Amino acid sequence: MTQQEALFNYSLRLGDNALVLAQRLCEWCGHGPVLEEDIAMSNMGLDLIGQSRGFYSYAALVEGKDRTEDDLAFLRNEREFFNRCMVEQPNYDFAATMMRSFLYGCLSYLQFRALTKSTDNTIAGLAEKSLKEVTYHVRHSSDWVIRLGDGTDESHQKAQTALDELWHFTNELFEMDESDEVLIKAGIACDLAALRNEWNAMIDEVLLKATLIKPSESGYQSKGGMKGMHTEHLGHLLSEMQFLPRAYPDAKW
Amino acid sequence: MENQLTAEEITKREMEFDAKIAKGIVVEPKDWMPDRYRKQLLRMMSQHAHSEVVGMLPEGNWLTRAPSLMRKAVLLAKIQDEAGHGLYIYSAAETLGTDRAEMIDQLLSGHAKYSSIFNYPTLNWADMGAIGWLVDGAAIVNQTVLAKCSYGPYSRAMVRICKEENFHNKQGYQIMAYLMKGTKEQQEMAQDAMNRFWWPSLMMFGPHDTNSPNSGDLMKWKVKLQTNDDLRQRFIDRTVPQAEAIGLKIPDPDLKWNPQTRHYDFGEINWEEFNNVIKGNGPCNRLRMKQRRDAHENGAWVRSAALAYAEKHGK
Ligand SMILES: [Fe+2]
Ligand SMILES: [Fe+2]
Repeated sequence: MTQQEALFNYSLRLGDNALVLAQRLCEWCGHGPVLEEDIAMSNMGLDLIGQSRGFYSYAALVEGKDRTEDDLAFLRNEREFFNRCMVEQPNYDFAATMMRSFLYGCLSYLQFRALTKSTDNTIAGLAEKSLKEVTYHVRHSSDWVIRLGDGTDESHQKAQTALDELWHFTNELFEMDESDEVLIKAGIACDLAALRNEWNAMIDEVLLKATLIKPSESGYQSKGGMKGMHTEHLGHLLSEMQFLPRAYPDAKW
Repeated sequence: MENQLTAEEITKREMEFDAKIAKGIVVEPKDWMPDRYRKQLLRMMSQHAHSEVVGMLPEGNWLTRAPSLMRKAVLLAKIQDEAGHGLYIYSAAETLGTDRAEMIDQLLSGHAKYSSIFNYPTLNWADMGAIGWLVDGAAIVNQTVLAKCSYGPYSRAMVRICKEENFHNKQGYQIMAYLMKGTKEQQEMAQDAMNRFWWPSLMMFGPHDTNSPNSGDLMKWKVKLQTNDDLRQRFIDRTVPQAEAIGLKIPDPDLKWNPQTRHYDFGEINWEEFNNVIKGNGPCNRLRMKQRRDAHENGAWVRSAALAYAEKHGK
């Protein structure tokens, strides 16, 4: 694999993670538990759409085949999306939504923090901007995880259920492949395995305050999002999101 | 409050109040005001806040289907602004002594109204253009005038909000203009949206002046500064040339420029439809109320959790 191919894959993946999570947050718009949360979730959604545009544009540039950010977002099928399965999980309820933003956000935070030192200036620049945004996402979602976990019996129950369900998708957050290896060698990408202890510490600190119990590592763990192996949810998300550009292939919007 | 005052004192204060308003002095929350003034404003402001919030729903309906990442980002930012407007106007309305939770209860129980325009469905992407351009455009005409109203918190809210409404209006018009330069199917989409949203947009200005029972007091107190028909005319005059510029037809055979009045003449609004939608019998009244009620009910446990946590931790 050439470094160019690896860089394309890597940027695409970062774009996919951001876009799929943004799409999920968009589903909340107008239906949040309080107006302030509608605004907060829109904020996070806007940040993530911005991140996806940055990484897609860079992927397209690296690829050099005249594809645009929109081609990459709207004209690939589900087996050609390489996001982590965690971010495509449905919203279910507010607890699951915040838990997903929290678990994924912590990884995203650590990854972007490491990528600010990337030898690739574009990646470093995008990481710098994204890091600021994700710092807020982590703070906001962890505040809610704590409030829900240590709120009422009902909210505690819902937060614990959300954690138990989403835990099946945590191992996959750290999966790497040949693209990572190539780029790590060049100092462009970061080694996710090296972030795992710190990720665990971030999670533990919040779960302790939230009085939630970390699930055991023994259950099912998803794998392969980065190889295009997804849960059944992604196909529906994409068919909704991609409907217009697919239905009117000649149109520009 | 007025119970403690004699009828004579109230009359005296009302006269002072009227004189103050006639002089153009702005009323602030702590100032004395007639009960009817307070009630009128509360009614208008809460209605306005509810409209911002309910108005998120028809546009939210296309957010997950926006056809490009740029359009998705712009639409999301726009809807987020509306949520912010809702929040801001609720706070301004709270200065009149009713809190947000109570206003929301009145909406959900069907006692408070919101703009009838949001009781129409969004059926294609061009509706995002039509709403931004026509609906926010009509809102701007209304709100520019409200920015000069006599109640300080409301007037300041309008000044701040109008800036954002201008961006909403532009992004909507841009969607329409872009579609009109696109394929035949896109042009049909745009015209279809225009056909469905034109008349309901005109209805946003309310009934004919002759049928607008509240207008007298509102005008005297500078809560309203221009009549429904004047505002409607202003909206039509500024919008028709914009439609023509991008090749959209106005779905009104009677619409034509009148060189004598220097205004557009236009056909009669279907007031039966207007009254029906106001009464709750529009295409989406039940859906919008259900969506708001569901959001509120599904969020109840979240709000309780936040309260319980705050109590436990003394925050
Ligand atoms: Fe607004
Ligand atoms: Fe607006």
